[in-house]
Amino acid sequence: MVKFLEYAGRPFVGILEEFGRVMLLFLSATAWAFRRPFRFRVVFKQMETVGVNSLTVVLITAVSSGMVLALQSYYGFRMFRGESLVGATVALSLTREIGPVFTALMVTGRAGSAMAAEIGTMRVKEQIDALYAMSVNPVQFLVMPRVLAGILMLPLLTVVADFVGIAGGYFVGVELLNINSGIFMARIYEMVAMEDIFNGLIKSACFGLILSVVSCYKGFYTTGGAEGVGRAATQAVVISTVSIFISDFFLTAVMF
Amino acid sequence: MIRLSRVTKRFGRQTVLDGLDLEIPEAQITVILGQSGSGKSVILKHIIGLMTPDSGEIFVDGTDITRLNDRELNEVRKQFGMLFQDAALFDSMTVGENVAFPLVEHTRLPKKEIRRIVEEKLKQVGLEGVTRKMPSELSGGMRKRAGLARAIALDPKIILFDEPITGLDPIMSDAIDALIVDTQRDTRATCVVITHNITSTFKIAHNIAMLYEGKIIEFGNPDRIRNSGHPFVKRFIRQEAPGKCPN
Ligand SMILES: Nc1ncnc2c1ncn2[C@@H]1O[C@H](COP(=O)(O)OP(=O)(O)OP(=O)(O)O)[C@@H](O)[C@H]1O
Ligand SMILES: [Mg+2]
Repeated sequence: MVKFLEYAGRPFVGILEEFGRVMLLFLSATAWAFRRPFRFRVVFKQMETVGVNSLTVVLITAVSSGMVLALQSYYGFRMFRGESLVGATVALSLTREIGPVFTALMVTGRAGSAMAAEIGTMRVKEQIDALYAMSVNPVQFLVMPRVLAGILMLPLLTVVADFVGIAGGYFVGVELLNINSGIFMARIYEMVAMEDIFNGLIKSACFGLILSVVSCYKGFYTTGGAEGVGRAATQAVVISTVSIFISDFFLTAVMF
Repeated sequence: MIRLSRVTKRFGRQTVLDGLDLEIPEAQITVILGQSGSGKSVILKHIIGLMTPDSGEIFVDGTDITRLNDRELNEVRKQFGMLFQDAALFDSMTVGENVAFPLVEHTRLPKKEIRRIVEEKLKQVGLEGVTRKMPSELSGGMRKRAGLARAIALDPKIILFDEPITGLDPIMSDAIDALIVDTQRDTRATCVVITHNITSTFKIAHNIAMLYEGKIIEFGNPDRIRNSGHPFVKRFIRQEAPGKCPN
């Protein structure tokens, strides 16, 4: 029986252990954020990378999901003549859920995997050792700026996604399905509170934190040459994605 | 002075360093010889604190660096310059930025001065007009030399060279040997050089340490190594494969 528990429990112990090490890296990055030297240019460079890397895909997914949301809710609401609610539905789903989550997923795919691959390459090519050898702490130099960029850029990208998504919904609702433009917008103003947007952005900052810490962690502890780098990038995406969904549930439960 | 005392390092079941003792004199060039895979790079990584021994002590200027915390170790490392075996240039930076990196991080020199030093160091290693190139655009030998320029950028007190001339043509090898000798003479640095090249070894070394099966089996000036009675040392400096009959 004990043997069985040991056997069955092993994966969970493994996950807990890994979670602990991710937390340690996060704490260490936090501590290093408050220590000299402050390399603002490195942080800005990372923010730019995250933004530029992900903006296009974020725009495309946001517009499409806004349009799809408008279409789907239109068919639903038409059954009881509630077409005027299409705008508000689109806006609420986007700001609360779709905007933050889809943006985080897109950034994970683009910037997260890039973080893991880049840091992983540096690990296997001894460039991280070289940083240590030159008295530069790699957590401060590599991890901290990326985590900060993740936390700061995700809300920004999410605002853009919300806006573009609603525009997509407007196009479908008003231009294609002939919902009255005034009513469409009025319902949005009526139903979407500042709080919805704000909570969505908090969520997205949390997602940004999660995906950048996880991706940096995977990169930082890469072993096994080029193959290991590939593995690190894949695992970074998978683990970030799963973590984003799980944390989304808890964040939503707490917020709304 | 650098002293390794009874240093043992294992990777899994493989014992790479086996109670190794080594004293590296200050302000001289010490060459470490040994077969491929014998643990030469591992020794250098221990000296600069990138690896910690399973047992034993490593003294740099009297402090046992195996007992230091990260911050103290950071301070000790500021005296070091290191050329990695594969140069370990940062892929995301240009060659110029790579060489400038230690200067940017650890000095308050104005940009212009940094640029001047970078140009100077790159010229010393025989690389000109590559400041703007990315490391991936260089040949292996060029990368090695750029790594060398980065290692000496801060005029460190202790310089570790992991195979500085491997992969270079004979003329460039000669130039790099001369650079190491000149740099050492000018800055009075303590240099530790790993190489496979016997000719180069006798040209630059003040001391030679011979690594074999995890221990230093012979240490001394070039003459002592030349006249060593140890069969492995004899074979090594005559560049014979094991099993070949020495006569
Ligand atoms: N990080 C590591 N993990 C596991 N084993 C390692 C590690 N680093 C080195 N080794 C092992 O230690 C031994 C010595 O390696 P090292 O790189 O020091 O050799 P070397 O003497 O520098 O050889 P070369 O002349 O080919 O560079 C090798 O067998 C290597 O497999
Ligand atoms: Mg080596």
